[in-house]
Amino acid sequence: MRYGGNTTCIEVETDDGQTIILDAGTGIHPLAQSLLKKLPLSCSIFLTHTHWDHIQGLPFFIPIFIPLNNIRIYGAFDPVLQRDIRDVLSRQMEYCYFPIREAELKADMQYSSLTEGQTLEIGSAKVTNIVMNHTVINFGYRIECNGKSVFFTGDNEALYNIYQPGDDYYEEYERLIVQKNTLLADFISGVDVLIADSAYTEQEYQSKKGWGHGTYDKCITMAKEVGAKALYFTHHEPQRSDDELDKMQDHLRKRFLNSTTAFSFCMASEGLEIVV
Amino acid sequence: MVNHRHKRLSKTKEPDMDEIRKDLPAMVEKMPAFSQSVHRVIQLTSDINSDPKALVEVIQHDPILMMRILKLVNSPYFGLAQKISSINHAVVYIGINTVKNLALSTAVIGVLPSTNAAGFDMDGFLRHSLSTAIITRILARKSGVQERDIFDFFLSGLLHDFGKIVFAHFLPHEFKKALTLAKDEGIHLYEAEQKIFTADHTQIGSLLGEKWNLPLHLVACLREHHSHDQEGSLMIDAVSAANQISKELKLGYSGENIIEILPTRITDLLGADMAAIIASLGDISAEMEKAMIFIKHD
Repeated sequence: MRYGGNTTCIEVETDDGQTIILDAGTGIHPLAQSLLKKLPLSCSIFLTHTHWDHIQGLPFFIPIFIPLNNIRIYGAFDPVLQRDIRDVLSRQMEYCYFPIREAELKADMQYSSLTEGQTLEIGSAKVTNIVMNHTVINFGYRIECNGKSVFFTGDNEALYNIYQPGDDYYEEYERLIVQKNTLLADFISGVDVLIADSAYTEQEYQSKKGWGHGTYDKCITMAKEVGAKALYFTHHEPQRSDDELDKMQDHLRKRFLNSTTAFSFCMASEGLEIVV
Repeated sequence: MVNHRHKRLSKTKEPDMDEIRKDLPAMVEKMPAFSQSVHRVIQLTSDINSDPKALVEVIQHDPILMMRILKLVNSPYFGLAQKISSINHAVVYIGINTVKNLALSTAVIGVLPSTNAAGFDMDGFLRHSLSTAIITRILARKSGVQERDIFDFFLSGLLHDFGKIVFAHFLPHEFKKALTLAKDEGIHLYEAEQKIFTADHTQIGSLLGEKWNLPLHLVACLREHHSHDQEGSLMIDAVSAANQISKELKLGYSGENIIEILPTRITDLLGADMAAIIASLGDISAEMEKAMIFIKHD
């Protein structure tokens, strides 16, 4: 196993030693093993959204059971069922899902629902968010620290026009897409590390339109447009084997990289560490 | 005040339906439609492969639905950094699936009229309707109703007292008299309505339900929620029980002061009396506050 099979979880350690965690998929369980060396732990978990593969590891995140740990969790308010982030998360620890209730956790747990564009200061780092395009409200997070920056899309599908050329609303929709894409490009502009949902190839995407996930090609386009220095493909399609991911990476490098390309890209893998 | 349930008057003495049909259906006809758009939204949101364009089109053709969705999307709860100015804008910004789910929850609750007839507290009525809907849903889940049928239980709770809106809207003066009569004589509101209109809200409500082409089992809930037939459906009993619990907890007010005992089917099924059922419900008022955003009128 070279790329790993855990679901989304990314740790960002700032220059002054703050622990920021993006998403709490099953990858947060192995992460906990290394964090246990830092007790008492203080960390901030930013959730892009609350689909299973991004929160599933939370009940198994050992630090939540240890007194004196301070764990802050941030995420979007659920506008459809009108529930805040605490309410959404405590459901997954109800009796039929998990033996320990949220109220029984030993760590100091704090929850905050975020609004779009809200900026939080975590030590010397600033974390802010923008709404991406997924099947539920999904925040992409930008982390800035001492002039260095990381952006994680969470789950994201490039916007596409739901109308056909000639339809009444085609042009209006096109204009709205350009407007949103400009906001997004400004938000991500010049980022050092871009971690992006690239679940599909263009060919696979044809039958998965509207599912809320990205493609390799569109992530490369995004990286070019925003002037990202490095792009990491993530949210690998579960059916793709390690060998196929290797092959895909070679193939993409041949297609897109040459002496004038100003950025690099690679497949993200479990345990991969990047120093910015 | 807890009273044993009374047989509804219409059970013992059939009112002159011809008489009622002369005046009241005319009022029912004037009530806002349970619009085609609501049917279409329900239809489109039940189909995983439905075309996003079709949903946008339905919403755009129903100004009330459209305004409600835009209001929600621009509310502080959502907390978006941009003002959303059209349904297409909302689809671009928050995605078709979120718009679809908002449309579904908004469309159904959107059938509540905003009328504020003299002397009838619409806010109290909406709260009573909504709390009854929420409690009906909880009782249905506790009774083992399958998830795919749960929504109908919610809807039947939401609509059970709609006949009162017809009275309040078209005959506010007389309806006020009925409210006062029920209070002064300590009788059920439906008894007072019978005295004044020779019809009660359950009959008018079911006529309205028929006009809206609601499924028959929902119409039955509008008609029978004060009856005691053992042959009635679980849905009728769940609405009836939720109605009493809502009154007991004073979650809103719909003009009825008498709290009846719960249908035995519900207490038997749940193995609990009213106090025990209430204790098991959790925090209804918090759930209500969150849902009120859907039905509040500016």
